[in-house]
Amino acid sequence: MIPDAILRVEHLTMRFGGLVAVHDLSFAARRGEITALIGPNGAGKTTVFNCITGFYKPTEGRIALNRGGPSLWNELDALTASSVRSRKGPGGSLYLLERMSDYLVTMDARVARTFQNIRLFRGMTVLENLLVAQHNKLMIASGFTLFGILGLPVYARAESAAIERAAAWLEKIGLIDRADDPAGDLPYGAQRRLEIARAMCTDPVLLCLDEPAAGLNPRESTELNELLLSIRDETDTSVLLIEHDMSVVMQISDHVVVLDYGVKISDGSREDVRNDPKVIAAYLGVEEDEVEAVASEVGL
Amino acid sequence: MEVFVQQLINGITLGSIYGLIAIGYTMVFGIIGMVNFAHGDVFMVSSFIALVAALVLTTWLGISSVFLSLFIVLIVGMLLTSLVSWTIERLAYRPLRGSFRLAPLISAIGMSIFLMNFVQVAQGPRNKAVPPMLQQVIVVMERDGYEVTVSYRQLVIWAVTAFLLLAFWYVVSKTSLGRAQRACEQDQKMASLTGVDVDQTISITFVIGAALAAVAGTMYLMYYGVVSFSDGFVPGIKAFTAAVLGGIGSIPGAVIGGLLIGLIETMWSAYFSIDYKDVAAFSVLVITLIFLPQGILGRPEVEKV
Amino acid sequence: MTAPSPASEPRTDVARALKHAAIAGLVSFGMLLPLIGFRTIQDMRNELVLETRPLLLASFVLLTIAGSLLVSLVLVPWKQRRAAAHIPGESVRRAHWRAHVAKWLVPFALGFVVLYPVIVLLGTGFGGAVKWIDNFGIQILIYVMLGWGLNIVVGLAGLLDLGYVAFYAVGAYSYALLAKEFGLSFWILLPLAGTLSAFWGILLGFPVLRLRGDYLAIVTLAFGEIIRLILINWVDFTGGYAGVSGIPRPTFFGIPFNANDDGFAAVFGLEFTPLYRTIFLYYVILGLALLTAFVTVRLRRLPVGRAWEALREDEIACRSLGLNTTNTKLTAFAMGAMFGGFAGSFFAARQGFISPESFTFMESAIILAIVVLGGMGSMIGVAIAAVAMIGGTEIMRELEFLKLIFGQDFEPTQYRMLLFGLAMVLIMIWKPRGLISTREPSAFLKERKTVAATFVEEGRG
Ligand SMILES: Nc1ncnc2c1ncn2[C@@H]1O[C@H](COP(=O)(O)OP(=O)(O)OP(=O)(O)O)[C@@H](O)[C@H]1O
Ligand SMILES: [Mg+2]
Repeated sequence: MIPDAILRVEHLTMRFGGLVAVHDLSFAARRGEITALIGPNGAGKTTVFNCITGFYKPTEGRIALNRGGPSLWNELDALTASSVRSRKGPGGSLYLLERMSDYLVTMDARVARTFQNIRLFRGMTVLENLLVAQHNKLMIASGFTLFGILGLPVYARAESAAIERAAAWLEKIGLIDRADDPAGDLPYGAQRRLEIARAMCTDPVLLCLDEPAAGLNPRESTELNELLLSIRDETDTSVLLIEHDMSVVMQISDHVVVLDYGVKISDGSREDVRNDPKVIAAYLGVEEDEVEAVASEVGL
Repeated sequence: MEVFVQQLINGITLGSIYGLIAIGYTMVFGIIGMVNFAHGDVFMVSSFIALVAALVLTTWLGISSVFLSLFIVLIVGMLLTSLVSWTIERLAYRPLRGSFRLAPLISAIGMSIFLMNFVQVAQGPRNKAVPPMLQQVIVVMERDGYEVTVSYRQLVIWAVTAFLLLAFWYVVSKTSLGRAQRACEQDQKMASLTGVDVDQTISITFVIGAALAAVAGTMYLMYYGVVSFSDGFVPGIKAFTAAVLGGIGSIPGAVIGGLLIGLIETMWSAYFSIDYKDVAAFSVLVITLIFLPQGILGRPEVEKV
Repeated sequence: MTAPSPASEPRTDVARALKHAAIAGLVSFGMLLPLIGFRTIQDMRNELVLETRPLLLASFVLLTIAGSLLVSLVLVPWKQRRAAAHIPGESVRRAHWRAHVAKWLVPFALGFVVLYPVIVLLGTGFGGAVKWIDNFGIQILIYVMLGWGLNIVVGLAGLLDLGYVAFYAVGAYSYALLAKEFGLSFWILLPLAGTLSAFWGILLGFPVLRLRGDYLAIVTLAFGEIIRLILINWVDFTGGYAGVSGIPRPTFFGIPFNANDDGFAAVFGLEFTPLYRTIFLYYVILGLALLTAFVTVRLRRLPVGRAWEALREDEIACRSLGLNTTNTKLTAFAMGAMFGGFAGSFFAARQGFISPESFTFMESAIILAIVVLGGMGSMIGVAIAAVAMIGGTEIMRELEFLKLIFGQDFEPTQYRMLLFGLAMVLIMIWKPRGLISTREPSAFLKERKTVAATFVEEGRG
């Protein structure tokens, strides 16, 4: 058990009819780290994300997120036994994510995500995308619309603060000059960055990124790595990352979990994982005992 | 019990008509994902075509054999209604294919309004009544003076519907046309790459749907003996309900849904209140869509994230 | 394949065009033979007999042939030439021109609608003014308001609603029944009717939240029809087909518009004419429409409004950002329904009589058509579409001179809805995204740039 974990996934199983997409998966993500979830196509990575973020209801297992101190983990079993979905502790609450609907996972537990197929609001401007992400905060500031309709200054102030915050993120991802252009008009790599910035604008404690480097060129990929590292180091957000591409993972992640056919086959630091024959076997698509032969053949 | 059997007979008759119309909705939705809003009005137009054809046959040509004239009316009705539907698809829907999703729907609603008013202007706003035909009945059972009857008209409707459904089933399941249709349903781009003429397949789908609606239109005229320009809307909606209830995209589903809607309507009228029979049909639509959006035979839509 | 030699090209074109025209003529002959070639009429004995109209049929077929030739010989080449001759900088110039027009359009239109009764009075004098203010001014403004109300649901939130007329009906019957029963005034009942409609919007919105696309459209249609059928059949409460008559008319701060001594004309020392009430009603509906516009413009810049548009763009992304999409949809339904309810109670107050006839599916279709034809989400577009479609059909009533051309039997009003339907089809083919399909952003950092239509989603709801 990792005491400083922010997220714990325990015995997670997800079935679609007869297909077992994820089977009895347990892992933890540490606070302030980048945890990578890797595995070949169809391994069930996105399904794990969908379970964490409330888009799918897991068939079995529990997913817990801790926004308080490490001692709050001791309450986990009591919380599970109760019928509620969260429990307050010093500094923050403990949440059982599988009991929460998708938007509450973001609004209360503060887990934000991006999608494997980019889902920006294409017809809205870059800035508007980042303002929608600050919806809940602005909603309160607008007195649930009432103050806003009346044109009270409370809301105007909150809105300019939100715009400032959005501008800061745009500065960081290098899109400040395109703030007033439609999001659908941006090049692919920029859209990926914008989706990350948008997720960050919800003030998450855990950011889940589904293949953020997919389709990026090497330069963009490097920029992305820098962005993710700065999120880890400069904000209070921990990162959970799905990646297909081992090289990206190996450069930035602190901790790697490997999934194959819905089952966890390896879990540890990047060195451990890199040298794990099971992982290599899974990636090369061969049996474990053939790894060495094949690896030398392909020149690994 | 007698009332029930009588309503069962009436319900199946009505349901056959709804089922025939419903197939047109379900096929078009299956292939281009569009609710062909004007389909109910195509059905109404077909009733008028049947009316004119019947009058030409009886009053001009003096054909006295009911079955011969019915046969000719059906053929003429199917041909000309198909032509109408083909033209509508060609002019009002094809230019909009693949564009904005709402555009074909609005175009179809516009077409529906147009057809209704066109018939009103061309044929006048009054109800058109034809003399009743095939009035003989067969008494199925009798108790305490209450007779349960099947009329010749109903028998004809059943026979024609059954025959057409068989023929139609053969076309869509055994011919290359049916294969082309299923291919277009799956993936139009792939279908066209493998040599299917997508435009033509879609046209034929509209034509078949219209031909079946024309049969329904003729039957409707024969059954009720009266038709007016506004008679497309409510049967159209009910047939659409039938298609949804059966599972939109599924052809057997459309027939089952049609029969169910027919039965619900007649039973409701007999046991509850005739005033609220349409409310019953619409409520079925709402309840189905909310609790069983995929219908009885449809496949559920999965939301992939 | 060999390229066709330029010399032979026009010839084959003409041949093809002729062939197409011939086919079109044949098809139209087949289609129109039963409906135009014959007319069923009742004879003395009340039996249906056929009358033939060969001339009419022939002229329709000839018209079709001519139309087909026109399209393939004139329209298509013209379009091709225009596509080929792409003038550089033209789109920029056009956008510039459009921005210029847009800047002046709103203030000009506002000035015009505010002065409209005066302009009419100057133009027609007291005699014809009632007709022009009522049939055109008030009628169009009701539809502008309904269009703007539905625009919130369809245009902004992307939820397809085919039963909007239900809320119009709820507003109308709320006002009619409450005013008759309790004698409350228009100004008290207006917000009440709006609230009731909003409540119904939420009530009907709840079960349909999970539905998407055409399914949502059909369920809302069914709801609209259910409400109308209840209005017809619940005779004790609503008066059934006969409807509600003798609905109290709005007063001018308590002063009624009638010929009595305490009436508006007498109090202000004027000669009595129904015109005052009409002008008053005109300004009431103008005020209501402007209120709708004002609130919508404000809402678009608030989190709710942005959430509506985000919902239209991508519902799943909304949920991933912590937006409660259920509430977002319900507020859109409620807001749209509320404005529909306002319009409904105004309608009841203006007519003094309502019946289920006024709340058929056709009304919903017309309102939706106005929203889509105008361009989803664009308030200016919706207003233009309302003026064109409603004004256009109202104009049909005025075309008495056509009788001189087509004979005394010709009744132009019969063709109103026919042309309306045709216009819907044609406008969709001409501009599938509506007249104004661009989007104005709700916030900006440096400059407000219009979002091109190709990026804007239409919503899957
Ligand atoms: N909603 C669903 N219904 C049915 N099966 C699903 C659903 N979602 C995922 N699956 C199946 O679960 C398995 C795992 O899919 P998942 O998308 O999680 O894989 P992945 O690891 O993200 O793969 P990739 O690298 O290709 O993104 C696949 O076989 C997929 O078809
Ligand atoms: Mg995936």
